[in-house]
Amino acid sequence: MAAELDQILEYAETLSAVDTTDIEPTAHAIPLPTPLREDRALPPLDPELAVANAPEREGFAFVVPKVIEGDQEG
Amino acid sequence: MSAAFETLSELAEKLASREVSSVELVGAALARAQATQRTLHAFAGLRPARALAEAAQADTRRRRGEPRSPFDGVPVAIKDNMVQTGEPTTCASRILEGFVSPYTATAVTRLEHAGAVVIGRTNMDEFAMGSSTEHSSSGPTRNPWRLACTPGGSSGGSAAAVAAGIVPAALGSDTGGSIRQPASFCGVVGLKPTYGRVSRWGLVAFASSLDQIGVFTRNAHDAAGLLELISGHDPFDSTSIPEPAPALRSALDGDVSGLVVGLPRECFVAEGLDPGVLTAVREAVAELERAGAKLREISLPHTRFAIATYYLIATAEASSNLARYDGVRYGRRARGARDLTEMYERTRSEGFGEEVKRRILLGTYVLSAGYYDAYYRKAQQVRTLLRGDFERAFAACDVIVTPTSPEVAFELGAKTSDPLAMYLSDIYTVSANLAGVPGLSIPCGLVKGLPVGLQLMGPALGEATLLRVADAFERRTPWHTRRPEPTP
Repeated sequence: MAAELDQILEYAETLSAVDTTDIEPTAHAIPLPTPLREDRALPPLDPELAVANAPEREGFAFVVPKVIEGDQEG
Repeated sequence: MSAAFETLSELAEKLASREVSSVELVGAALARAQATQRTLHAFAGLRPARALAEAAQADTRRRRGEPRSPFDGVPVAIKDNMVQTGEPTTCASRILEGFVSPYTATAVTRLEHAGAVVIGRTNMDEFAMGSSTEHSSSGPTRNPWRLACTPGGSSGGSAAAVAAGIVPAALGSDTGGSIRQPASFCGVVGLKPTYGRVSRWGLVAFASSLDQIGVFTRNAHDAAGLLELISGHDPFDSTSIPEPAPALRSALDGDVSGLVVGLPRECFVAEGLDPGVLTAVREAVAELERAGAKLREISLPHTRFAIATYYLIATAEASSNLARYDGVRYGRRARGARDLTEMYERTRSEGFGEEVKRRILLGTYVLSAGYYDAYYRKAQQVRTLLRGDFERAFAACDVIVTPTSPEVAFELGAKTSDPLAMYLSDIYTVSANLAGVPGLSIPCGLVKGLPVGLQLMGPALGEATLLRVADAFERRTPWHTRRPEPTP
């Protein structure tokens, strides 16, 4: 894969031929103001549904392998 | 009662006159999908029981004289990157194995509200990354016109399902050509609307500033009708344009007299442009002129930088979006990892395919400190110049016409070992995504028995003009009525 990535990056180098002095970058092609809405709580996703896809769960929590080294349970 | 190859409007009329029932139509569509699954493999999954139950409800509404819309009871398909409550969504990736959605995409909700019946999810390139539908965890989709060929991609399953007469219409998504190029390869109509026209809520994100949901149909009139249905503002998508759904079908009057068609000179000389495709496109342009349109040569000078710009921006955004697949909250988790880091690493190594890994690596690299300015920021600046090209062009013309793809459908395996060659096949389509403008591909010929696509691009929110030109072309030519031999 490394050779393919090199080839693609080399192709991307073609952009260095473009003079972009003082050109603003475009993040979104259709500029829109940030939409605002009334600060009102909407019904949340049912917590049971929110964790229903978890590969491993305990109650409404997602279980992951131990992060902190040590002997203590947790 | 076969109803294969009938258009959405024809089926809507037959349902309205009670000539057929929705259960019959949906049953026939499911049977065709199942019968061709071994050869075409257009679908990632079908939902026969639920679809037939929904069809029965649509028939009940019709009997009571209370249809939800003219499309109540028509069978449709959605790409496997749009979520629907209670249904799997895999994006053709092992990493989403087992995922069942707790919510429905806005575009799909709008189909449901109109009574359209989703028969299943169509196959695609993994996370919509590809131009051939070969990068799918469940195997490739094949082209109904020639089974040795790809249907294009990434929405190849949707294009093949419409081309093979399984469904009259399907939704797809288009980040750099993923609706238009497969529409071109499969001889159907494919429309990528203006960025923000259709809500992205419930569309699995690939490159958020480029992704847009659109439609596959058999003609421009159906594309107009379906886009009217799924477009319009959605408060759940902050990039959704705050405009109501446009009236599009009423614009299809067949009149293109005086309309100015822009022909970008850069798009008619490109290296790798198949001479047969060029001839078909030139003939289509001549037909538009005979219909009263005026031709004008224009220039999109930054076209030759579009592919590099696109692949830097799309991979950067993808590397950020795909960070959410971590094996914690949903989808597949690698078994037996000793710690969290190993779990992340193995989940992603096992869950993502080669092309997705390649793009995540590229995107992470171009966003990294020290390379950000040279690659990502540079690409965003060239994107500004590309947008300027389009602004200047649309000051001089009403629509831009190009080939959709430099070639007709290529054979399976022809490009899988050369990612850059695969990327270059998107040369005519990525610019519309970078500029945010709408693009439409319509059938305009056959080369060696395979369909050729004509691309029309318009200014932002200019879908009505594109569809008017497409419809006028269809009134004068037979290409949209051509069908492949029945799929075995």
